Amino acid sequence: MNQIDSAVNPRSEEFAENAEHMQALVDDLRQHVARVAQGGGERYQQRHKSRGKLLVRERIDALLDPGAPFLEFSQLAAFDMYGEDDVPAAGLVTGIGRVSGQECVIVANDATVKGGTYYPVSVKKHLRAQDIAQQNHLPCIYLVDSGGANLPNQDEVFPDKEHFGRIFFNQANMSAQNIPQIAVVMGSCTAGGAYVPAMADEAIIVRNQGTIFLGGPPLVKMATGEEVSAEDLGGADVHTRTSGVADHYARNDHHALQLARQAVSRLNRTKPTGTDLADVKEPLYAASDLLGIVPKNVRKPYDVREIIARVVDGSEFDEFKALFGTTLVCGFARLYGMPLGIVANNGVLFGESAQKGAHFIELCAQRKVSLLFLQNITGFMVGQQYEASGIAKHGAKLVTAVACAKVPKLTLIVGNSYGAGNYGMCGRAYEPNFLFMWPNARISVMGGEQAAGVLAQVRRGQIEGAGETWSEQDEQVFKQPILDDFEAQSHPYYASARLWDDGIIDPTQTRRVLGLALSATLNKPIEETRFGVFRM
Amino acid sequence: MFRKILIANRGEIACRVMRTAKALGISTVAVYSDADAQAQHVGMADEAVYLGASPPAESYLNGHKIIEAALLTGAQAVHPGYGFLSENADFAELCEQRGLTFIGPPVHAIQVMGSKSAAKQAMHSAGVPLLPGYHEADQDPERLRAAADAIGYPVLLKAVAGGGGKGMRQVHGPDKFFAALESAQREALAGFGNSDMLVEKLLQQPRHVEVQVFCDTQGSGVYLFERDCSVQRRHQKVIEEAPAPSVSAELRMRMGEAALQAAQAVSYVGAGTVEFLLDQENNFYFMEMNTRLQVEHPVTEMITGQDLVAWQLKVAAGQALPLSQQQLAISGHSIEARIYAEDPQNEFLPTAGKVSWLSQPQSSANVRVDSAVVANDEVGVFYDPMIAKLIVWGEDRATAIQRLQQALGDYCIAGLTTNINFLTRLSGHSAFRSAQLSTDFIEQFAGDLLALDEEEVQRHGLLVCLYEALRAGHVESGCPWQGRDNWRMNAEPAQTTALLIDGVEQHITTVAESASGFRMSFNDKDYWVTGELRGNRLVAVVDGHRQHATVVADALGWTVFGSNQSTYVGRVQTDLGQEQTHDDGTHYKAPMNGTVVDVLVNAGDQVAAGDTLVIMEAMKMEHAVKALVDGTVTDVYVAQGELVDGGIDLVGFDALDS
Repeated sequence: MNQIDSAVNPRSEEFAENAEHMQALVDDLRQHVARVAQGGGERYQQRHKSRGKLLVRERIDALLDPGAPFLEFSQLAAFDMYGEDDVPAAGLVTGIGRVSGQECVIVANDATVKGGTYYPVSVKKHLRAQDIAQQNHLPCIYLVDSGGANLPNQDEVFPDKEHFGRIFFNQANMSAQNIPQIAVVMGSCTAGGAYVPAMADEAIIVRNQGTIFLGGPPLVKMATGEEVSAEDLGGADVHTRTSGVADHYARNDHHALQLARQAVSRLNRTKPTGTDLADVKEPLYAASDLLGIVPKNVRKPYDVREIIARVVDGSEFDEFKALFGTTLVCGFARLYGMPLGIVANNGVLFGESAQKGAHFIELCAQRKVSLLFLQNITGFMVGQQYEASGIAKHGAKLVTAVACAKVPKLTLIVGNSYGAGNYGMCGRAYEPNFLFMWPNARISVMGGEQAAGVLAQVRRGQIEGAGETWSEQDEQVFKQPILDDFEAQSHPYYASARLWDDGIIDPTQTRRVLGLALSATLNKPIEETRFGVFRM
Repeated sequence: MFRKILIANRGEIACRVMRTAKALGISTVAVYSDADAQAQHVGMADEAVYLGASPPAESYLNGHKIIEAALLTGAQAVHPGYGFLSENADFAELCEQRGLTFIGPPVHAIQVMGSKSAAKQAMHSAGVPLLPGYHEADQDPERLRAAADAIGYPVLLKAVAGGGGKGMRQVHGPDKFFAALESAQREALAGFGNSDMLVEKLLQQPRHVEVQVFCDTQGSGVYLFERDCSVQRRHQKVIEEAPAPSVSAELRMRMGEAALQAAQAVSYVGAGTVEFLLDQENNFYFMEMNTRLQVEHPVTEMITGQDLVAWQLKVAAGQALPLSQQQLAISGHSIEARIYAEDPQNEFLPTAGKVSWLSQPQSSANVRVDSAVVANDEVGVFYDPMIAKLIVWGEDRATAIQRLQQALGDYCIAGLTTNINFLTRLSGHSAFRSAQLSTDFIEQFAGDLLALDEEEVQRHGLLVCLYEALRAGHVESGCPWQGRDNWRMNAEPAQTTALLIDGVEQHITTVAESASGFRMSFNDKDYWVTGELRGNRLVAVVDGHRQHATVVADALGWTVFGSNQSTYVGRVQTDLGQEQTHDDGTHYKAPMNGTVVDVLVNAGDQVAAGDTLVIMEAMKMEHAVKALVDGTVTDVYVAQGELVDGGIDLVGFDALDS
């Protein structure tokens, strides 16, 4: 295969300046993530531990195979969303990790955060983790320790299609597809929450810690006057000896997690082996270079191959149609030995670039080669010439190809993600198996300046149509709040808080993140693709 | 010379004898028990004959079976080694009756020297100096105590038929006499079937100096100089050296001639050792004569350049002694350290288990390892817990000590506790270096000898983390999920390892900065640790200090062999909520693999804290299991004479509610 010959000079002043800028973004990201990892904070953690319970991340560590990586999702979920209410990680930790040699989706409540109750975004995060499980055929392990729906927010948690009830809908349907559902009850499982273990294929409950009931002691007292302790109402003894709601009796958290590991070891699953795997080669160039490659000034172009060279095996990349539609780079590479087709923006999308992309995606779907989209797109080219040459139908071909391709799709936003470019490059709506962003990314319908400019032109038309004048200064005053809104709302933290992605990642971890994600997707056999009608 | 001999022993001594036999062109026959079916000495022999079950009484102590084996294989002579039947006159006699040569002294010599009182009488007549003592047949406890009172305390009680420290007690005052007598008698009865005691004056800080003698059938005799075996624990030798430090040529000659006189008084033939106590004023007193080849014979070989087993074979074949007294000379200094499966921190109790990993020092002209233990061997309860003898030679004592230290550092045994750390500290101790030797040496300096280098112990925790980190591999290969580097999104791949260091739970956090460079935090201190791992060999650089270590992992932890000591670092076992065995004084488990010597309680007995429940013995040492609290014995799970594994319950116990 061809090796990418890097033209980056890591000793240049520009590189240093870029790296400093990106490093600051990474440091900020890591700080936020580190704070989120503290859950509800010292006081609640101490209280939690004093009950003999492990903290949520300790539970995950103990559940995973020793030293195994954990691909965590949506670390910044609910970030800055609920005003005074700080809900780190939306009160639950989700991700993929290896348990008894099997990649599993783990959904673990953090009872130190608002008692593990579900805010609207908590539900979205839980559902997204289930989506990932379903999309990639990964067994689910629920470490349940939650007070159920957050009552003050119940209107946005309970009733809708993608609300709380969907959790159990998903459990039932995944179980039906033999995507195992294992629940470990390590704390409360009240009301709706009681269905997590009840709907699971196998359920484990920890004595003196786990409780499962439809109505807790306060509700029972109100309803019937009966006074009963939580343990007598729905503790481990009740459910493993009398009711049968749970299957395995655990003596403590560690024991429960060991039982969960044993449960996974009994699943009789093997990873499909239909893929041509090669030996792994590290890239020729250092991952740390990624910090200095992306210009501080977003308008400044750079060659996306420099990123590819620092992600794929041996920095080897065989380009497809290298000389045609050059603003979209397409080609074949390997990631940890797994074959991968890469579609990467290298400028604005033209009709040719879109046609090339559609062709390449068809190739990959035919060959069952997974796809990686590297997004840095301000949109499709506009203008009379381009409309006349049918850029809309060429764009539609790319969107059709992206939408229909049944191979695993990974999307990484390394810069801008604007407008229809987001669609053609497998934005969230196109159900990529995973979508990650770099901390310098921006996502919105268009750039803030373009949006403010468009709105200002409309406004100017109205004002000048009424015979009045609009000073440059007034226009600036008009545009500023729009610019501010766009800046705030296109920020990756804003996106990640709302689950528009699966997480913001440190660029230097790109190779590992994508490798873990790609490997996880291969748990599901790749289906045949049937494309829709391509407008020719 | 014999064409074929049988070696009626096992372990390193059997191998040792076979080496010489082979060198002399003599075929060898080994004997073995169940436990030794795969043992080294069996593989090394030209032929091997199965004796019986593992307990010595059914195998290596069964003289009839051994003689049958010799006759079966056509062996002409039997070499008894040391221990087992080596000083058994009946066996020697049996050999002669069946036409086999017993490679040892005549029956009469064994008989006389085997009885302490008979030996003392013979020595008295021959004019060999004796310690004041009581050697009469009258065993009335009051009579014995009167004798002790007459000699003056402290006195030593010794089993008449004993040896190797068994059935021996020091008594420091008349009030303690009867308790000591009782326990010594019990040990003697169990050990030798004879509880008769003698009483001797106990010298203050004497040295144990013994003389190697050799006599042939032509009536010639020589002495091959002396060995100092003062460094002992529980009356058993740990370090032996030759020649004895600060023994003048004149004293050497006097002792040598006295020893020869002792041997000739009983018409001795072959290799023998006359043990003396040497007091501070250079007076020496006859203790006993060992009528066999000693464990520590190699140090004599090292300084004389002679092969004592070859001498034994030649003498037994009727040949004259190879050298005369004038031809024998001392060259340099030699020290032997006995490597035992035992726990110096726990009263030197024998340990047992599988040698999971073994690395020995390189043998050379200056370093000799006599061992028959290889990796995966069980060092069990049936036989002596000695794993090896490490023998070094140097131009002078100081050089020999240096070499001993080096060789001990290279001796790595994992899987069971050994005394190697102890030997390292002992041989490095200033009092040992300056030869302040006495039989109280270990007791006197116990504080220093049993102390660990705490800093190194802690450093070994870091080395364990480095070992694990290097093994896990920072750069993942193959499937990215196979990495064991604790990778986490947007965070350092930090791993916190909980270790039991010196019995205390400690946490070390390791952050991988590269494939071989790690930041570690431990006890509020940060370390920069890099390293390289080849198999078990670790090269570690801790904050710029480069050092070598060997790390061996097992299910429960890691053995780290550093430059000065080895440390066992335990894994903290996850608390799975199992009902814990609380140390509430209601569980009494066998402290080691061993034999139940006595059960002093019955089910239903009320006992008080401190009462002895069961007495166990493992290889020459008794251990009393005592009640920790007042209570009732509900069950007795073991019987006298039973062989039990360490850790099994001995008795059921209900604590009295307080």
